[in-house]
Amino acid sequence: MARIRIEHLRHSYVPRPARESDWALKEVDLEWADGGAYALLGPSGCGKTTLLNIVSGLLRPTAGRIFFGDADVTASPPGERNIAQVFQFPVVYDTMTVYDNLAFPLRNRGVPEARVDSRVREIAALLDLESMLPQRAAGLTADGKQKISLGRGLVRSDVNVIMFDEPLTVIDPHLKWRLRSKLKELHQRIGLTMIYVTHDQTEAMTFADQVVVMHEGTVVQVGTPVELFERPRHTFVGHFIGSPGMNILPCRLENGVARFAGVAIPTANTAAETPNGARTEIGVRPEFVRFASAGIPVRVAAVSDAGRHQIVETRHGDTVIRLLLDERDQVPTVAAHVSFDTAFTRLYVDGWLAG
Amino acid sequence: MSARTVNQKAWWLVLPVLVLVGFNAIVPLMTVVNYSVQETFGNNKFFFEGVKWFEMVIHSARFHDALKRQLLFTAIVLAIEVPLGVAVALAMPRRGVWASVCLVLMSMPLLIPWNVVGAIWNIFALPDIGMLGWTLNRAGIDYNFTRQPVAAWATLIAMDVWHWTSLVALLAYAGLSAIPDAYYQAAKIDGASSWAVFRHVQLPKMKHVLTIAVLLRFMDSFMIYTEPFVLTGGGPGNATTLLSIDLVKIALGQFDLGPAGAMSLIYFLIILLLSWMFYRVMTLGEAE
Repeated sequence: MARIRIEHLRHSYVPRPARESDWALKEVDLEWADGGAYALLGPSGCGKTTLLNIVSGLLRPTAGRIFFGDADVTASPPGERNIAQVFQFPVVYDTMTVYDNLAFPLRNRGVPEARVDSRVREIAALLDLESMLPQRAAGLTADGKQKISLGRGLVRSDVNVIMFDEPLTVIDPHLKWRLRSKLKELHQRIGLTMIYVTHDQTEAMTFADQVVVMHEGTVVQVGTPVELFERPRHTFVGHFIGSPGMNILPCRLENGVARFAGVAIPTANTAAETPNGARTEIGVRPEFVRFASAGIPVRVAAVSDAGRHQIVETRHGDTVIRLLLDERDQVPTVAAHVSFDTAFTRLYVDGWLAG
Repeated sequence: MSARTVNQKAWWLVLPVLVLVGFNAIVPLMTVVNYSVQETFGNNKFFFEGVKWFEMVIHSARFHDALKRQLLFTAIVLAIEVPLGVAVALAMPRRGVWASVCLVLMSMPLLIPWNVVGAIWNIFALPDIGMLGWTLNRAGIDYNFTRQPVAAWATLIAMDVWHWTSLVALLAYAGLSAIPDAYYQAAKIDGASSWAVFRHVQLPKMKHVLTIAVLLRFMDSFMIYTEPFVLTGGGPGNATTLLSIDLVKIALGQFDLGPAGAMSLIYFLIILLLSWMFYRVMTLGEAE
């Protein structure tokens, strides 16, 4: 087991990257502590799987280095890195039994059969696969197969890190949470570093201690789920995380005070100085927007029922401001005003948190 | 629930197919059945003979010899083409321009008409002017496929391998292309050797297409006629007289319609039986 350090990592699938858009990963620096549970979160095409494959050694980065502990593993093949990976679609060796599947990585490494047997049984017990050991792996359900993929990683005692590449994609919804809590439980019991790639914020937030949010090949924020929710460093994080995402209102700065629709909006942070032509925006989550007697004049455009609360979509001109109301609250029928909770209203310059 | 409407008009939609199948399969086959139980002395007069021709064919040494040659030929051809085809498929690039180039090159032999293949190889192997025959003889190997049974067999097999290995290779290649990258990646992470990858990932995933490849190659090679007819005509002597060539000799050479009919049916049943056996063996354990 080891700490994982990624330095100045860049990767491009194009042989001679010229334009900025040729890079699938643009300059990534990260450090993952030993035994942590991390999530790589971002939309499709943001580079999270590329990053994962570079860590596992399936891809060789165009530039930059990766360290496991103090060893530079940038050039090592996956077989030598002592990593395990669970893929989006379950990979099992169809012709083998569950037992042989779990034993496969050990047998490939020439581990004595007695040791193989004890490890396989131990891991099968951990994953509740004991009763299925003599079965053909091909006949299992998707979640059973995913457990085998995971088991093939766990069975090796020298594993540095287990990586999950959207492992719940093909799992039935009602089994998803069970497998997810199994993963969480495993993490607590065996204390292995786990990296979990997903585009599903719920999966990321429930699994990880630290979430790495990626967008267009860069890491936009690393933080705990609470930090990502309460203090998004980038409007993308605000928008991507949360349901519905953060409201983003274009604003003008006058003497350091943000103004939207002619109304001064007090913010928790202030911009030191903004370059000319910079895009300035106010970000506030729907959770921190309220109907008020004064503030920004809006009209109510739509109301949708989300169970315990209602999502109200209001508009000022073309700008949409969403807010959450308790299910019992009355929604004003036509014209109304909204105001924001200053502590959670932030100013963004060119997408990034100002100040 | 409304009552089910019974409407038999749909049968009319099936009729064209029935007529087509009737005229191109059932009627010719029944003609053969008809011949196989009758004797004629011309003038379109037929006499019923029961199973006489069947007994004759089954006990004929000539038929036994042709059947043995046929089985040997098919066995050799399968034993070479299936492993070779898989090996070629494994060696073909999976992506890029060269993948397309390889695919086109591999398809070429399959696009050549069978009699042309026979003619090409006939000329290619001629001992005096053919490139292959001439080269072999110049190299000191006495080679003449029109006179030596071994040379005739070797040429026949080389021709079939040249003509049909592509089919196995293309099918195996299709099977290989359908394997998701994740399998190779997982195997890499599991520390699998390339043999282990072949044995536990590639071969199981190719199983279905290989079943089809083996069946197709079995049936085609068991029925092969045109190429050996053009290449050796069944000679020297009867050395390369395979079942189909023998059948044509009996039916059209000697005009023995009765025995030829009986032999056709026995031939057909052998193919059917062996295909079924191949299929059962190759899909064994699938029901689990």
